[in-house]
Amino acid sequence: MIIQALAFYLFAGILTLSSLMVITARNPVHSVLFLILTFFNSAGLFILLGAEFVGMIMVIVYVGAVAVLFLFVVMMLDISFADLRKGAMQYVPIGLFIGAVLLTELVLVYGAWQFAPDVGLNLAAPAMRFEDATNAESLGQVLYTDYVLAFQLAGLILFVAMVGAIVLTLRKRPSVRKQSVAEQQRRKAEDVLEMHKITPGTGI
Amino acid sequence: MFEVGLEHYLTLAALLFTIGVFGMFLNRKNVIVILMSIELMLLAVNINFVSFSAYLDDLVGQVFTMFILTVAAAEAAIGLAILVVFFRNKGSIAVEDISSMRG
Repeated sequence: MIIQALAFYLFAGILTLSSLMVITARNPVHSVLFLILTFFNSAGLFILLGAEFVGMIMVIVYVGAVAVLFLFVVMMLDISFADLRKGAMQYVPIGLFIGAVLLTELVLVYGAWQFAPDVGLNLAAPAMRFEDATNAESLGQVLYTDYVLAFQLAGLILFVAMVGAIVLTLRKRPSVRKQSVAEQQRRKAEDVLEMHKITPGTGI
Repeated sequence: MFEVGLEHYLTLAALLFTIGVFGMFLNRKNVIVILMSIELMLLAVNINFVSFSAYLDDLVGQVFTMFILTVAAAEAAIGLAILVVFFRNKGSIAVEDISSMRG
């Protein structure tokens, strides 16, 4: 029990500190690296909660895909990030105020959360239905039966996002010459060749 | 103190969400860090979902976490694509410069 508590406080502390570093780091590359640390620690928290599959997906999707995408974009854009920080302190007081109000409200709501006594009757997919299955197995049994429509729609969202990202960033550059195989195949000798009868000694 | 309950996770998620909101104010000009702040807020929501799922013994919270993960990945991809196109056209990513459609 005490090891669990220590692990929670370790993960939660690093999570909070690294997420603070994400928003305060001067260099966006450092921000992205701290974002990766944040995701790793949240994956640790998920595993601590018994949600191993979501924790692993967190590492694979966020660290492997999203954070690396951020890193690519940060390195690809040639921007002076120091200029972007000028005048940023102007909005810190209002931001601190809104943040403090939000945090107070959320802690007041969540800090003393108690479940209703008969909440067990209202569960949609109680975990004890899958007594001897692993976390991934039981998740699959819920995901591919009750939520198969939502699952397919999530796939559709990913597909649309992929197509959208490609369409947005694709550009036609007229100055670049490219080989067009169809054009080459369509070309006939009579379209491009002219035959002349040249009498010797006269020239063209 | 040494009994980690649901409240601990919910407070942590609230803290993370607040950090995300504050990050938007702090980096008001830098769209990349604003997108990262949005990711932090989505992570806070995910922590809420998973902790409720664990303490209620209900698996639906974890299922919805995966859907949020999907939407977050799609959002990051589209947002960064828009950012790259905008940078290509304008040569800057400052939020103030995104006003060419103002009448």
